[in-house]
Amino acid sequence: MSPTAVETSGLVKTFGDNRAVDGVDLTVPAGTVYGLLGPNGAGKTTVVRMLATLLRPDGGRATVFGHDVVREADAVRSRVSLTGQYASVDEDLTGTENLVLLARLLGHSKPSARERATQLLAAFGLTDAADRQVKKYSGGMRRRIDIAASILNTPDLLFLDEPTTGLDPRSRSQVWEIVRAVVATGTTVLLTTQYLDEADQLAHRIAVIDHGRMIAEGTPGELKSSIGAGTVHVRLRDAEQRPAASLVLAEELGTTVQLEADPVALTARADASGSDRGAAEQASRALARLADAGIIVDDFALGQPSLDEVFLALTEEAAA
Amino acid sequence: MSSTAQEATAFTPSAETLGTVLARGDRPRRPSAWAASLTFGWRATLKIKHVPEQLFDVTAFPIIMTLMFTYLFGGALAGSTREYLQFFLPGIMVTSVVMITMYTGVGLNTDIEKGVFDRFRTLPVWRPAALVGMIFGDVLRYLLAATTIMVVGLILGFRPEGGVPGVLGGVALLIVFSFAFSWVWTMFGLLLRSEKSVMGVSMLVLFPLTFLSNVFVEPSTMPGWLQAFVAVNPITHLVTAIRSIMSGAPHMPALMWTLLASAALVAVFGTLTMRLYNRK
Repeated sequence: MSPTAVETSGLVKTFGDNRAVDGVDLTVPAGTVYGLLGPNGAGKTTVVRMLATLLRPDGGRATVFGHDVVREADAVRSRVSLTGQYASVDEDLTGTENLVLLARLLGHSKPSARERATQLLAAFGLTDAADRQVKKYSGGMRRRIDIAASILNTPDLLFLDEPTTGLDPRSRSQVWEIVRAVVATGTTVLLTTQYLDEADQLAHRIAVIDHGRMIAEGTPGELKSSIGAGTVHVRLRDAEQRPAASLVLAEELGTTVQLEADPVALTARADASGSDRGAAEQASRALARLADAGIIVDDFALGQPSLDEVFLALTEEAAA
Repeated sequence: MSSTAQEATAFTPSAETLGTVLARGDRPRRPSAWAASLTFGWRATLKIKHVPEQLFDVTAFPIIMTLMFTYLFGGALAGSTREYLQFFLPGIMVTSVVMITMYTGVGLNTDIEKGVFDRFRTLPVWRPAALVGMIFGDVLRYLLAATTIMVVGLILGFRPEGGVPGVLGGVALLIVFSFAFSWVWTMFGLLLRSEKSVMGVSMLVLFPLTFLSNVFVEPSTMPGWLQAFVAVNPITHLVTAIRSIMSGAPHMPALMWTLLASAALVAVFGTLTMRLYNRK
């Protein structure tokens, strides 16, 4: 049995009339990456802030490595580390100063704090920016110094609140690499994200949060198969062939086909849940059928369902 | 800008180097309350180093206050500015420094909104350390302001009978009181929603407190009800104590009252501040 890093039951937080978190039950196994997926305002950040001892829950309870986040807040703080949504470093200070400051606060001696700062700056590719104020860093560099600050004393549990929001694709994949390296050393990571592909890339398990409630939970594979694996986008050469193409796709994929505003474009969900074939296989067969029917396809893409589609699917499911 | 972009692109995280820095070593022991507070104080001095303009209010403002009131009231109240200065300088030093304490609240109000406080509050250190350290940094500013006024005073002709020990003793008492008084503003800094409202409340408290005292004139000419207020105003006791120390003959009751008031301020407002800080 693997130990549990985080356990919550019936966790509630209200701000006035707004129930920001409305009864969340989470179990995060130690040593894994756990993703909280949801749109802005879903309550993800509030959950993380309660677990990081920054907010007191109004109901339910939460433990981190068996310590209650309210009664044993100090024990929790010595095991966790938080990288907030906005830079959780001092923007007026330089990279080195920030890391030395935090290392000193964690009990390092002056020489040891300096050494640790130099080491981390090098590992995060920030040596050249060491003596520059953080406010002059680019978005990606800021994220990196922030994460470096979080792992000064390799924590047992690392909270990453929307670690890649607003980053360019390159910086984003750098953050992903860092997260993988952190987990490889045995640290548990709890990350919040608005991006399904990010959760899919990193997380072992995902909880989908909406309006303060958990509407689905499982491995990325389980979630995807429960909502259909992807969306097939097709562009035809000839708009007149669209009705015929629509029929073929509907038949092959077994779902309704959406006709886009663009007269040559069609979109259909590849629903893998009711089939023994994967979405990619379904899509490639549909493509072959289109060719057989003499329909010329100019462009084709199989995309992951967007967060909108996930929510649509999950909320439809909940309503049904 | 372009160099920034290049650096960001040039970086490729290497699992190996990251693994090395992430290796779990022995964790150092957590720092003592005093060490943690001093480290936060160091942060405050770094901020002064990076933004030295912020020292304007502890240098220019006190100089203007001293010059303005000395020449405004000196002739009328004491016959000459030099004569007035012997009475007035300790008082204007108190007024200026006590007024500067409000920036502690303003600073905290803007600072706490930034993400860095989230990190501080998740660190396993003595809880008040972040705020105590911040006030340590402000104490440096108070010292600078007090020194500025003393230098201006000496140039204008202030000649304290207590000599160097008297001046140092007086400044030390002022610093102790200002440290304690700062906790009033940390409370407001956490309680109020914006920087502007903190300023507003500060002015509302500070103007009556500093003007309705024995800073500018002897209270004997004031109406009875005002004398009653002046007599209980802690600023009056502080000014009396500092005047007496600087003149070489410490007034013990005033000194004791000032120290007691300082202890009470920390006990009451320090506690309220920490309650708000923990709940924020």
